[in-house]
Parts: sequence; structure tokens; C-alpha cells
Amino acid sequence: MAVPAIELKGVTKRFGHVVANKNVDLVVNRGEILAILGENGSGKTTLMNMISGIYYPDEGQIFIDGEETQIRSPKDAFAHRIGMIHQHFKLIDLFSATENVILGINNGKKYNIKEAEKQVREITDRYGFILDPQKKIYDMSVSEKQTVEIIKVLYRGADILILDEPTAVLTPQETEKLFAVLRRMREDGKSIIIITHKLHEVLAISDRVSVLRKGEYIATVNTADTDESQLTEMMVGKKISLNIERTDPKEPTDRLEVRGVSCEDSMGVRVLEDVTFTARGGEILGIAGIAGSGQRELLEAIAGLQNTSTGDILYHNPDDGQTVDLRHKTPTEIRELGVRLSFVPEDRLGMGLVGNMDIIDNMMLRSYKKGRSVFLARKEPRGLAEKVINELEVVTPGATTPVRRLSGGNVQKVLVGREIASQPKVLMAAYPVRGLDINSSYLIYNLLTKQKENGTAVIFVGEDLDVLIELCDRILVLNSGRITGIVDGRTANKEEIGLLMTKTAHGTEAKTDAHS
Amino acid sequence: MHIVKRDQMAWYKSWLIRAAAIVAALIVCALVTVLLTHKDPIKVYATMFSGAFGTPRRIWNLLQNIAMLLCVSLAVTPAFKMKFWNIGAEGQVLVGGLATAACMILFGGKIPNALLILVLVVASILAGAIWAVIPALFKAKWNTNETLFTLMMNYVGIQLVSYFSMYWEAQKGSGQIGIINQSTRAGWLPRIGEYEYLLNILIVAVITVLMYIYLKYSKHGYEISVVGESQNTARYIGVNVKKVIIRTMILSGAVCGIAGFLLVSGTNHTINTTTADGRGFTAIMVSWLAKFNPLFMVLTSFLLVFLQKGANEIATVFGLNKSFSDILTGIILFFIIGCEFFINYRIVFRHSHKEVK
Repeated sequence: MAVPAIELKGVTKRFGHVVANKNVDLVVNRGEILAILGENGSGKTTLMNMISGIYYPDEGQIFIDGEETQIRSPKDAFAHRIGMIHQHFKLIDLFSATENVILGINNGKKYNIKEAEKQVREITDRYGFILDPQKKIYDMSVSEKQTVEIIKVLYRGADILILDEPTAVLTPQETEKLFAVLRRMREDGKSIIIITHKLHEVLAISDRVSVLRKGEYIATVNTADTDESQLTEMMVGKKISLNIERTDPKEPTDRLEVRGVSCEDSMGVRVLEDVTFTARGGEILGIAGIAGSGQRELLEAIAGLQNTSTGDILYHNPDDGQTVDLRHKTPTEIRELGVRLSFVPEDRLGMGLVGNMDIIDNMMLRSYKKGRSVFLARKEPRGLAEKVINELEVVTPGATTPVRRLSGGNVQKVLVGREIASQPKVLMAAYPVRGLDINSSYLIYNLLTKQKENGTAVIFVGEDLDVLIELCDRILVLNSGRITGIVDGRTANKEEIGLLMTKTAHGTEAKTDAHS
Repeated sequence: MHIVKRDQMAWYKSWLIRAAAIVAALIVCALVTVLLTHKDPIKVYATMFSGAFGTPRRIWNLLQNIAMLLCVSLAVTPAFKMKFWNIGAEGQVLVGGLATAACMILFGGKIPNALLILVLVVASILAGAIWAVIPALFKAKWNTNETLFTLMMNYVGIQLVSYFSMYWEAQKGSGQIGIINQSTRAGWLPRIGEYEYLLNILIVAVITVLMYIYLKYSKHGYEISVVGESQNTARYIGVNVKKVIIRTMILSGAVCGIAGFLLVSGTNHTINTTTADGRGFTAIMVSWLAKFNPLFMVLTSFLLVFLQKGANEIATVFGLNKSFSDILTGIILFFIIGCEFFINYRIVFRHSHKEVK
């Protein structure tokens, strides 16, 4: 057997008492695509960061082409022809693609943009990228930016490419294109490591799969010899059924009516344009779209955190049949109107919770003002904290533990638990399962479904189209701040939604069946 | 070799590290003393202690100084907890003191003493609060940088005191206000029995407890924590961030004003540009070292005052100049602050790649 391109032996990395990687062995061969599969927090990225020189292992050895090597910096990694494409792009907006590619290269040669452009073109032609080398980054879509990142690495001569969750920001169509390029690179003899937690992608692209669980290396299998359920079991450690039980909405009633809402961000750029839809009680309304298409602004506008320039946000109160306009109201005013609106924001520790406060103090974030006393009443929140910890199985040393010390899934349980505890009539959740393990994700899906069955209007912003299709009754697609369609979750397919997410002309044909 | 973040450390371990840091600091100080001055370090330390605790008068002096530093530290704490970097306590104390002095001069002997004291308290609180709320208003309205703003307000405060020192100078050309109402003692904070500073100390003790309760158990204190941790969260739960900033700075300035009142009416009975004596800045250290806990601040302010007193005593007794005591204080503070690094991080040495298996 040929000498592997990279071999790791017994690699361990700790952060404080957290063991991110424990005794991991890994083999990467030339000319193959290896998928690193694992749940969020299983140590995939940490492991790859050690190969690309960002972290330095506490224990263990790294061999490159059979020779033990110390990789102390990304520069060292490049010297060994290893390049990593990170989840968060590191590009300069005002520069062109080529300028970004050659940025930071110091090889003693004269700066020659023409020559560099030629080389960039050679690379794009060779692997079938679609990219204009002169285009500025600020004009680019997310997928183009990713292409620039990949070319940056290839330009530096990398033979081993590591891609960290490359499809997280892509539509289904863009993902297909990326995979085609990766296959061409493989044929060219490059080694590709792709980090992911999406099973169907693993099966579609990889030759072999290495599975990590809680920082530990589990096994490596040939992709051809495995299937989804086996991989899930390896990833989670036990057999689980991945089904979301979608009940039919019972007598859906209009709860929240958003009419012609537009708004601008602080720079005056339009982020929402003429958004009109209705969320009904007893229904889960999904919101799909590429990241940054106005999802955050839309939810914040409803919650009273974002100024709108036009439009109305009408709330039909099921208790007294009254209708109130939430536009230009602060969160406090909305609450005082008797609107039971809960909001699980995307930024959990930066907005929904206070990381340095304990669970009890976080429970009263929304309700501490109650009563006339100048002092806080901690009794009720303490009870609520205990209840949430018990019912949602929050893993924590106690109710007085600061929430930042909890794991991502438990942080989210605390937040969702608090928002549900107020018995909302409208529940908005932005990316509520991001970063969560499979079990916690399904727990959240079930909680949302239960709220829907209780007659709450649930608005769910998601990124995984498979989940949206399985969970939601209707799916609204946002594209650059406009609604490009509202589809039925029971009949929609991924390709259809993917097209709505990216199409440039804002046609009306998709909208017609939306208001049916 | 690399640096690794620690988890939460058991409290006794962290205090052990702090104690070790002080011991290490004393050893280094001893070495420096021997090398630079050829004095016996043990004697030097003994002098340090006697400087602070040697006589009842010194002990009272020490307590009084602790109380004053603590008072200013309590004042800056709510602002710092809110992440509003109020480094203008020096100026806020000074204008509080100036307001006190002005009222003593203007109303002394004209109104009953009890009423005068009340006027002094109100005036000093108002002056401190106004001095603090100006940068807060600018911050809330136009998002100006509070660090620069409060710092600049210090200089304005100092110059104001300079100006009025001339205006009210005791003897022509002296530029000093001198002891105010020396014969009538009008507006002087009364002593309790024999003890000159006891009332000052008691007042600060009460403020300490109140501040602790305010920060920990009141709704206002809760809002301060939320705003300090994350303004986004504050927005999300409907806290009016601007209002909290302004309200908290008024409180911060008001307590600074009280410190000014205690210094002028209760301690010096005069005012000059050095009345605050750098406490506005030292207070920041006291507050941070105590992690914004008013009860711990009693300890940290004791430590800092003790070091200052002790070092000064060494300088006098051994005929060394003031700079030498500053060197010692500096070394000790370096160790105390530096040891926090070892409480939060540890250093791991990894000599070579250990062979696996």
C-alpha cells in the first residue's frame, strides 16, 4: 500500500478540562475524498485545525508522506502543501478575486497582477470553477467567495485540501457544482478532506468516511459499504429513529399578519422589501433562504427590535379577538399590549441569554420587571429553572451555574424552555438547532410541534432544507429581503426551494399559490 | 511551551496562588532593597507594618484612608459593571469636594450647623452627579467615547478647584484656601466621641452594604449586569439602555460626590487640587481586583492603602526618597495583578514529541 499523504497517531487536544480530541488516529490517502463525519462539538474542526497549523496538539504525532512532522503555523502547513478552507471566509471585500488570492504571498518575485490573473484562470479552467478573476469580493455571492478561498489554497500549491462544512452556506444547486469540482481535483491526484455532519452529502461525495464522536475517533469505513443508519449509529453512539411527526394543523386561524413590510439596515441598505405573509395559529411556518436574506431582520421587526420603513404587523389576539399593530413598538410595549410573543434569537448567548449569569437569572430576563418592588423576586424564576432543567433534561451542575459553562445544546434548551414557559401565542425561532447534536435537535423539533398542537403560531427559520420540508406546514422562501414564494411543506421538494432561494428575477408566479 | 486556559479553580486554590504571589513579591522586594540600599529587608518590612499599625493614630489613619478609597471604589463599580469606563472619578470627587467647600465658605455661620451639613451633602451629591452625567448623556445621545470624556472632565475639575483656590485664598498670594471655618467649625462633620474619623468610616460601611444589596438584589442592579454583559440582550428584553447608562452614571457620580464631601467636611476641612489624591484611579484597581464585589473591595482597598502607607514609612525611616517606596508598591502590585494570569491560565511544557505506545 502506498504511503498515506497524512497520518495522525494518537493526537489529543485539550481546552481546559474539555478534551476536544482524544487519541485520534487518521489516515488520508492521495487522490481520495475523505469525509470527517461527526456531530457539532465532536472535534472535527479542532482536528483539522491541528493539521493546518492553527492549533498544536498536546499529544500525538503527525506524519506527512510517512515522515513525522511538526506543524506549528499555517505557514508550516502550506510548506507541506496543506491548505484549509474555513467556514468563515477571510477575504478583503474591496479587493478583486486575484488580489485576494495573491495577498500575503512573499516569494521574492515582483508583484505582477497580470501574471497572477493568468494563473488563476488556469486553475479555474483546470477544475471547472466559474469565476471572474477581476470581480470584487463585495459583488460576489457566497458560493463565489468560497470559490476564491479554494483557489487561494490551490494557488499556493496545496495538494491536501481541507474544507470545513463547505456546503453549510450553499444551495442544493451550488452544492452539486462544488462536488463536481472536488471530483475533478481528486482525479488530479489531490487529497480532499471534507468536514460535514450531513449524511447524504457524505454518501454522495466521499470515498471513505472517518467518524468522530465526542472528540474520540470511532472508525473509518468505505463509503460504498455503508448507509445512513449505520453512519448515524456510529456518530451518535446508539440507534435512533430520525422522524419528525408532523400532525395536520387543527383549525388554523390567522394570528400574525405581516403586510408590505420594508426596512433598511443602519447603512441605509434595503434588507426587507415589501414582505407580506400570514402566520397561523396551529401551524409551523418555515422560513428558508440563504443566510443573510433578511431572516434576522424580519423576526426582529416583528419582535420590536428593528425599525421598519413601511408596512404593518398585525396581531390578532385570540383571547379577546382584538387586532393590534406591532409596528414601531418596543418589546416592552408589545408585552404590555397583551401580545404573547416569544422569540428564540439566532444569537443565543449574545441576545437571548446572558452568558455570565446563572440559569435562574436568565429565566427572569423577560419577567424581572414584574411587580412594584424595587427588588428582584428570584423565587419564581428558581422554580422555572428547576422545571426546565428537569423537563428538558438540561445537563448542568445546578441552577446556579452560569449558562456560558453549558454546552451548546443545553444553552439552547434553557433559552427555548424559557420562551415556551410564557405560553406564547406566537413563537419565533431562528436557527434553533444550529450547533446542536441530533438528539437535542429532535427534542427541539418536538417542542415546536407541541407548541403548534397547542394552537401557537410557530415561525421557524431553518437552514437545513430536509428538516424544513419534514417539519413545516408551509415554507416561505426569502431571497435578498423579498419573498420569492410560499410553498406547502407536504408537497415541496428541495430543488424547488433551492431555485426560489437563488433566482434573481423576483417573479410573481411563485407567489400565486402562496396565499391559497 | 504553550498557554492553556483553566477551568474554574477551587476558591481556596486561587487564594493560595494569591498568597503565594504576595510572598513572592515580598521576596523580590527584599532582594531589590538589599541590592539598591543595603538595608536589612526584615527591618524594612517591620517598618512597613509599624508604619501602618504602629500607633492607634496610625491605625485610625489607615482605616480612614481605606474608607475613602473604598468609597470611591464603590462609586465606580456600578459604572464598570455596566462596562462604562468611568475613569473620571477623580474629577467627580473633586467637584463634590469643591461644592462642599463652597457651601461651607458661603453659608458657614449663617445657617444652623445641622442644616448646613444637610446642604453640604445635597450639594456634593448634585455636583458629583452632574459631573458624571455629562459624559453619560453624550454617550447615550451621540455614542461618544466615555473613557476620553470622563478623563477630560478630570482636568476641568482640577482647574476649577485651582481657580477657586485663588478666588477664596486665605492669605493674599498663597493660592490656598486654608482650613475653612477653623474657629467655628461650621460644616465640619461631627466626631463621635474621641474618634476623629469614625463617622466617615461608618458612613462608608453603610454605603458598602447598600451598594452590595443594590447590585445583587435590586432590579436596577440586574439591569446594570445585563447592559454590561450584552447590550443586545438588553434590547431584546426591552431594557432602555440609554436610560440605564444615565441613571447608573448619576449614581456613580453621586457616590463620588459623597466621597468628596467626606474628604472636605469630614477629613481635611479644606480643598486643593490633590484632595482626591489619585483615588479616582486607584479605585479602578480596587474594583477590578475585587471583581466588582463591594464586600471584597474592603479587602482590596485595605491591601492597597496598607502598601502605600507602609512604603511611605520605609522611605521616611530609612531616609530613602519617595521613589523607592513607589518601586516597592509597584513590584507588589505587579505580582498581585500578575497572579490572576496563573489563576486563569496554566502553562504547559511539552519538550518533545512523546512517542506513542
